[in-house]
Amino acid sequence: MQKEQAVAKMTDIMAKFVGYSGKVLPDDVTAKLEELSKQESAPLAKTIYETMFKNQELAKKLDRPSCQDTGVMQYFIKCGANFPLIGELEELLREATFKATKEAPLRHNSVETFDEYNTGKNIGKGTPSVFWEIVPDSDECEIYTYMAGGGCSLPGKATVLMPGMGYEGVTQFVMDIMTSYGLNACPPLLVGVGIGTSIDVASLLSKKALMRPLGTHNPNERAAKMERLLEDGINSIGLGPQGMSGQNSVMGVHIENNARHPSVIGVAVNVGCWSHRKGHIIWDKNLNYKVTSHKDFRYE
Amino acid sequence: MSKKILTTPVSAKDLEDIKIGDIIYLSGNIVTCRDVAHRRVVEEGRDLPLDINGGAIFHAGPIIRKLEGDEQYEIVSVGPTTSMRMEKFEKEFIEKTGVRVIVGKGGMGDGTMDGCAKFGAIHCVFPAGCAVIAATQVEEIESANWKDLGMPETLWNCRVKEFGPLIVSIDAHGNNLFEQNKIKFNEKKDAAVEKIIKEVGFIK
Repeated sequence: MQKEQAVAKMTDIMAKFVGYSGKVLPDDVTAKLEELSKQESAPLAKTIYETMFKNQELAKKLDRPSCQDTGVMQYFIKCGANFPLIGELEELLREATFKATKEAPLRHNSVETFDEYNTGKNIGKGTPSVFWEIVPDSDECEIYTYMAGGGCSLPGKATVLMPGMGYEGVTQFVMDIMTSYGLNACPPLLVGVGIGTSIDVASLLSKKALMRPLGTHNPNERAAKMERLLEDGINSIGLGPQGMSGQNSVMGVHIENNARHPSVIGVAVNVGCWSHRKGHIIWDKNLNYKVTSHKDFRYE
Repeated sequence: MSKKILTTPVSAKDLEDIKIGDIIYLSGNIVTCRDVAHRRVVEEGRDLPLDINGGAIFHAGPIIRKLEGDEQYEIVSVGPTTSMRMEKFEKEFIEKTGVRVIVGKGGMGDGTMDGCAKFGAIHCVFPAGCAVIAATQVEEIESANWKDLGMPETLWNCRVKEFGPLIVSIDAHGNNLFEQNKIKFNEKKDAAVEKIIKEVGFIK
């Protein structure tokens, strides 16, 4: 295959996949929402869950974005250093985003800062956001796609604590966000917590935490314990669907951690709304692909 | 229990018996209205280009498709956006426009509570993320104003039929469901924090 053809093929499939991921929730999210809805008995919470499920059915049937806020696209890439399109990838994803904007369609969400105008294309300076990780000695390319609305980006917060505040301080920081901004961010939420030295590291980790499949835990025993404690703790607040009270508040709490400077604990929180539109696709060097997030995705 | 349906134009009397936590539906017209439109009315003193006295606004930025012909549009997806963003303007906005039903997502604050009680209005939540349901309840886009603001911010005047479910979060007496819940949530949060911090003293 010529390089040009290869780029066109990958662009087209990525555009279709992005569009699809805005219409159909990932399999793990759907399963978790079904599980949580069964635990609700209050009429208000039940009505909200029923509306949510009916909406997802309609979105699929009518082929429309299930939430009008299709976000500013973000891509998290783990790319093998030998993946044949590594040099073309970033431009290709911009093109795929533009294509999806027209075809899916996606809402126009890219506003040039300071110049303050909407580009109408979902591409602008630095958007879509592309976060890279290069994997040595590999020719595969793994891409997470993510669309987050404004509402679930608002609670995002990062800070640097003094070590004396410890993981107790981390707990307080996370919990405070839940009852302030979390309430409005369309619970049940997926909560991503990042821990490292400075806020840039912590922030990126907190977003990457949201890409992890639901039901998985941090491999570190203490981190996993903290995930469970926070999950139970936030659930006990009873935010319920849409923050209007109910049995549960979250779909999960995911912590990602890096080593840190001894004098600081950088911590960040990013949340995903119930309509958690992440996608995961893995490409090999011949541009065969495997979608792990959505079992029903087909490219015609 | 029969379905409670409000029809625009809504009067103060129509809202008297509606309480926070009630589920209602709306027929008639609802206009999408977000941050910049609120700013224009309140801070810049401009008149809204259409009359919404007794009417309804929707804190929402839709996805719109243009149909054949010049001014025909179809709504693809429309769901509520965070209402709190409009909090700093809403009381004065209610006073200036005479709007009676405000639909959005999440709660609103003291100013809106005051405005609702003083001028007879309510704030309701449409379950967020349910944008296709909302879109299919729009029968027609009757007009579009302030299109210079771009697709999400344009005032799309939608004729709707039994639009909802709308969960009343602030009633016309100024009661606020989210504020009441917040007190309960914060008490439970404090208890949860106390429990967790006993187990996370990893730094010795």
